[in-house]
Amino acid sequence: MLTLQIGVLGILASIAIGIICTMIQYFKVPIARHVVSVYVEISRNTPLLIQLFFIYYGLPKIGIRTNPYACGVAGLAFLGGSYMTEAFRSGIEAVDRVQTESAASLGLSGLQILRYVIFPQALTISFPAFMANVIFLLKETSVFSAISLMDLMFTAKDLIGLYYQTTESLFLLVVFYLLILLPVSVLGSFIERRMRYAGFGS
Amino acid sequence: MPDLGLNVLFKGKNLARLLGGLGVALKISLLSVVISIVLGILVGLLMTWKNPISRALMRCYLEIVRIMPQMVLLFLVYFGTTRIFGWNLSGEASAVIVFSFWGAAEMGDLVRGALISIPQHQYESAAALGLSGGQTYRYIVLPQTVRRLIPLSMNLITRMIKTTSLVLMIGVVEVLKVSQQIIEANRMSSPNAAFGVYLTVFALYFFACWPISLLAGFLEKRWR
Repeated sequence: MLTLQIGVLGILASIAIGIICTMIQYFKVPIARHVVSVYVEISRNTPLLIQLFFIYYGLPKIGIRTNPYACGVAGLAFLGGSYMTEAFRSGIEAVDRVQTESAASLGLSGLQILRYVIFPQALTISFPAFMANVIFLLKETSVFSAISLMDLMFTAKDLIGLYYQTTESLFLLVVFYLLILLPVSVLGSFIERRMRYAGFGS
Repeated sequence: MPDLGLNVLFKGKNLARLLGGLGVALKISLLSVVISIVLGILVGLLMTWKNPISRALMRCYLEIVRIMPQMVLLFLVYFGTTRIFGWNLSGEASAVIVFSFWGAAEMGDLVRGALISIPQHQYESAAALGLSGGQTYRYIVLPQTVRRLIPLSMNLITRMIKTTSLVLMIGVVEVLKVSQQIIEANRMSSPNAAFGVYLTVFALYFFACWPISLLAGFLEKRWR
């Protein structure tokens, strides 16, 4: 179940990165803001496999040691961070300016506005995109077999090599991916429906 | 300053070979983009049909594609079907099949979303003006749908180009495979080649996808 483990770790890390980057963009921190936008462009426009190869084979050559496991999590976090940033940012942007202004006129401080007014609404809006990202990232973990992590994919290939029972191994592979991803997908659409009730009078 | 292994690129035909590899990846993605756009429009139209059976079928299709990683699909087609049905598929062909299968579903969903987002009153006003069904589609629905569709489908194209990097795993010689070969060949003369070559591949993919996603973002703002 290494797939699941890396997936969860990587997703948690990418949520953290996403929140930090969104905050940086929201508060318009001078230089960090540009760094964030460059980062988002770079990681959105390159495939995970290339990122992994670069981290796993490239970086050790200039003196940064990695093991496959850490590299998998780092790669997933690197890719996921930017996707999460986009999801959160679009959520925050979708909240009307009126909301911020009326909160300010009620005498809320900047942080309070974010905490009580913007954040709950942005969360509801960005949730579908967020859930899609989670599923996307879990799917992307299948790439990790390329850097010799013993994940589902690698095990399946291993089994094919060992027993030459291609059909059975592939079938199991499909079943296991379904087992992992179906609950996430179902849970996602369930929460999405629940959260829509927390609407804001539109 | 340690040796970054960039000099390997300028030896012999290495750069040209890398670009050739990128060409293979782009060819596969272009081919599957064209197929999946055509099929995707059909799928999208089927999805908006009122017929419950076709709807359920399409829904199943979409869910399957959504949930299965592309890598698994590639393996299924390349190793699975060839064994079960006993035919021979080249790596490229199965890549195109898988990406078209995947792209058609995603594209279909985009088409469906765009069609649904056209408000009902557009159809009704068109009917009130005395336009026939065909005319309504031709002059009212299609222009609006296409406008919403193009930025979204361009994003899909960049995703597809990115995903083609996976075909390495089923033995198609594309950029990554070529770069592996280059690194192997130069192991003795420049041990640090991995960094430089993978950095270049990184940049290649970036410059293949970046213009497309910039254009998509631009069109999205412009046509809002």
